[in-house]
Amino acid sequence: MDIGKDLVAASATPLVLAILREGESYGYAIIKRVEELSGGELQWTDGMLYPVLHRLERNALVKANWGESESGRRRKYYRLTDKGSEELANQRRQWQIVNKALRATSFTSFQLAPQAI
Amino acid sequence: MHVLEEQIGEWRAYVRRRQAIEAADVAELEDHLRSQVADLQASGLSADEAFLIGVKRLGELDTLSREFAREHSERLWKRLVVADAEKSGTGWSRELVVALGLAVGAGVAIKVPELFGLSIQDQAAEFFYFRNASFFVLPFLAAFFAWKRGLNPAGWMGLAAIFAVGVLVMNVFPFTPKGSTLQLAFLHLPMALWLAVGVAYAGGAWRSHDQRMNYVRFSGEWFIYYVLIALGGGVLMVSTMFIFQSIGMDAKWLLQGWIVPCGAVGAVVVAGLLVEAKQSVIENMAPVLTLLFTPLFTLLLLAFLATTVVTGSGINVERQTLIGFDVLLVVVVGLLLYAISARDPQRAPGFFDALQLALVICALLVDAMALWAILARISAFGFTPNRVAALGENLILVVNLGWSAVLYARFLGKRAGFAPLERWQTAYLPVYAVWAAIVVVIFPLVFRFR
Repeated sequence: MDIGKDLVAASATPLVLAILREGESYGYAIIKRVEELSGGELQWTDGMLYPVLHRLERNALVKANWGESESGRRRKYYRLTDKGSEELANQRRQWQIVNKALRATSFTSFQLAPQAI
Repeated sequence: MHVLEEQIGEWRAYVRRRQAIEAADVAELEDHLRSQVADLQASGLSADEAFLIGVKRLGELDTLSREFAREHSERLWKRLVVADAEKSGTGWSRELVVALGLAVGAGVAIKVPELFGLSIQDQAAEFFYFRNASFFVLPFLAAFFAWKRGLNPAGWMGLAAIFAVGVLVMNVFPFTPKGSTLQLAFLHLPMALWLAVGVAYAGGAWRSHDQRMNYVRFSGEWFIYYVLIALGGGVLMVSTMFIFQSIGMDAKWLLQGWIVPCGAVGAVVVAGLLVEAKQSVIENMAPVLTLLFTPLFTLLLLAFLATTVVTGSGINVERQTLIGFDVLLVVVVGLLLYAISARDPQRAPGFFDALQLALVICALLVDAMALWAILARISAFGFTPNRVAALGENLILVVNLGWSAVLYARFLGKRAGFAPLERWQTAYLPVYAVWAAIVVVIFPLVFRFR
């Protein structure tokens, strides 16, 4: 299903940080991991990941360095910094608050209207 | 596989043209694209299909480049020296070393006379510096271009000869101190020598109209850079003054004896270097200023003409007003020159060209009035160096403007292209040089150095 642009943008930072918490990674692998985690439901325009990564790098949440791929190509790897871990914890609290608030409404329990209408 | 490499190569070149996406980003995106293509191929797609899907998934390039621009907004501001320094190409660094060496050379040259007791702060030595000001500066700029363009030995000799003649004239002629022939020579010498520098700039190919036009463009940009450096230098000096005053020291000797003279001459070469380095990086500034000021000067001249018609008053010829008119006309010719230098010759005539023609016609009318006034003055009071110089300059400008007006009218009437106008201006440049040389060399002889 299509997820709204704003929600994609808002979830990009915590998702990338959380994926990098699993270990050092690079752009293409991060995209693959997002697809895998969401069961293919969350699809980004691939190129858009890179400005996000660069912003995280500028804010020192991740650290980048150039390495090599298995086939010897130049590849830029990203890894989480301590500041990035803090930000991830911070983001988690925020999402929990939003999640809790939504659960308290009828958001998660109301009956979905039949598709036919 | 070969086709895929070609496609990726084309894609890379295409992405690289986006200003906000730098080489490192392209490498990163390329790694992404290649991983994607490899995966898709492994799942059974052909190279072609895999490439197309990979590129599509990366997203539309316009949107992507906008996202990059948002994250890296500084990249939209073109960088000059920093970008070149990063490149660390051997060409740049050698050029930098040579230019800085020559700038230091100019700075040293202006301090050398002090060893012989001619201090720049000394009233008695003023006469010496006044006569030789051009020679502390322009040979170094000429040398820079002669080196950079690989001027042949004959060209070097020719330039050296021109400068030698200048030095001889200024130092051997028995000028009357503060006499008008000396003042005229002082004003015209830089003009003649500046055009000699143009020979070095063109690498000896000074007959080429394209090279001449390039030198005109260079001169405009050089002037703007020099003014900017001078403004920065002013801030530096004021700061130096204040900071040393605060601890009870007077830094005046340092400023007047060293920073001002050495900085002023060194900046000439540095400005030349900067213009050379930036010519393809940043939009030219002189044409922008031209665009801004052409309407204003047209208005000024129209207002002036209207006022003289209404009040019926002729030009009052005094030295100050004559110089003022000459300066005004030089500015108009400059505006014309830079408008022409920046114009795409292929474009059809437009509003701005009509405005240029209006400016030229107004200037012609004002010039005719000035000429009339000068002639009246000469017939009443006889020849003096200043009047003859003013007369000559006005005649030269009137000829230039008159023929330009004809060419502009033809161009606007679509009876001719724009190229003749361009060629006319570049063909006319040596006239200025010859006239300036005449004022420097012949005038003192004719008017007996008074």
